[in-house]
Amino acid sequence: MSYHSFLLEPISCHAWNKDRTQIAICPNNHEVHIYKKEGSKWSRIHELKEHSGHVTGIGWAPESNRIVTCGTDRNAYVWSLKGNVWKPTLVILRINRAARCVKWSPKENKFAVGSGSRLISICYFEQDNDWWVCKHIKKPIRSTILSLDWHPNNVLLAAGSSDFKCRVFSAYIKEVEEKPSPTPWGSKMPFGELMFESSGTGGWVHGVCFSDSGNRLGWVSHDSTVCVTDANKKTTVAILDTESLPLLTVTFITESSLVAAGHDCYPVLFTYDNAKDTVTFGKKLDIPKQNVQQGLSALAKFRNLDKHASADDNNVHLETLHKNSISQISVLEGGKKNCLKFCTTGMDGGMAIWDIKTLEADLKGLKIV
Amino acid sequence: MSKNTSTDKFRRVNVDDYDENNYVDEDEGGENQIGPDEAEVDASIRQGNLNAALQAALKNPPINTKNQAVKDRAEATVVKVLTSFKSNDIEKAVQSLDKNSIDLLMKYIYKGFEKPSENSSAILLQWHEKVLAAGGVGSVVRVLTARKTV
Repeated sequence: MSYHSFLLEPISCHAWNKDRTQIAICPNNHEVHIYKKEGSKWSRIHELKEHSGHVTGIGWAPESNRIVTCGTDRNAYVWSLKGNVWKPTLVILRINRAARCVKWSPKENKFAVGSGSRLISICYFEQDNDWWVCKHIKKPIRSTILSLDWHPNNVLLAAGSSDFKCRVFSAYIKEVEEKPSPTPWGSKMPFGELMFESSGTGGWVHGVCFSDSGNRLGWVSHDSTVCVTDANKKTTVAILDTESLPLLTVTFITESSLVAAGHDCYPVLFTYDNAKDTVTFGKKLDIPKQNVQQGLSALAKFRNLDKHASADDNNVHLETLHKNSISQISVLEGGKKNCLKFCTTGMDGGMAIWDIKTLEADLKGLKIV
Repeated sequence: MSKNTSTDKFRRVNVDDYDENNYVDEDEGGENQIGPDEAEVDASIRQGNLNAALQAALKNPPINTKNQAVKDRAEATVVKVLTSFKSNDIEKAVQSLDKNSIDLLMKYIYKGFEKPSENSSAILLQWHEKVLAAGGVGSVVRVLTARKTV
């Protein structure tokens, strides 16, 4: 596991380039900074300054090497590298509230932006006008879209919203792609068609993720639950009520295992059992540093009793790698099928890279199915 | 003062009713939820079988109903059962509950905090400590984020 502290402020969002040598982060302001790994140090090589509001989402398309950013200024920009400079192109989203999240589609010919205007903007490039245009998915969304994830077929899109629901929509744009073949989520997929809507849990849906095959959908919400559903049995949702604080972000690392992280500041492994329709808690994926436990003097004991109402000082120091909530998780190596490394960024301004093989070796009883 | 400042009826208008984008919770049909069976609960308490009383009190929670009287009665019943426990028996009783019951009990405990009577808060705090150990902070988060509660 390696941890690098970029800033003292929260990292609003991050995105990696294709070969994982550069990372684009938003340091909680109107800019995007791109850092390059040089040996064991990170140096800032680019600053993308165009937004007039906080940047809330960054997407880096691996093949076409374009960056899309969206922000609270209700705009999105697509950046292309010309020579050694990133040049922005404005995308008119036609929204009247802040943009909250953005994701490139798998084929990188479209991207989706979730916003506080209670709609999703699907943007694609129109060759004739040399301009990015967008189409809106509005019904039946009733509140802000907090998270998005694309299905591998480039058409279906999962959206988690603060109206307590996780939905799957069709984002089929006939101008840029062929009609999609039927999937377990449904066969008729006109633009804006609602393929699935969750029910049964409350709380804002902070993070959604499709599995590698696209047949499974996992989401985490603010009522401390993790849910997974399989497209082949859309009506049964496996729900796990966790005992920890709400999780903010989730990703599949194999077809049946998910890693999620949130306000508890450490990533957690969950396992989905398709046969039993259950999600079970796997393990907490953080190896705390072994603190040398010195004997507490009587003075220290009473002082702790007075200050913290407990004799020991276990609860005062966070033993996790991240010292504040983790807001975003991204897969670095291996894809969502067989993830080998993943990265987390959080409100402590730090970025940690987690190695699955090392975790399996160090944590006894860690089983990833 | 001039005449047109005398009426203040405008202060009582609920502006959210006129907002067309106002989020309205779905109605999930709670007419049939009547709350726990008080006779069963009282019988168990009289027999001294407090664990059974607790199980009975946690049945049929009036979560979806809009009838406030049903909710008040249910809450009173549960608090009655909780206060009749001896402090040492609380932990064992909590261990005998399953996950959903733990979440439901936590909801009732917080409802009980809202309307304290002479000794209820102290007893409820003892129960809260034990239920927290069993359900974790997640159960408290679910109380706080629940749109429809007991």
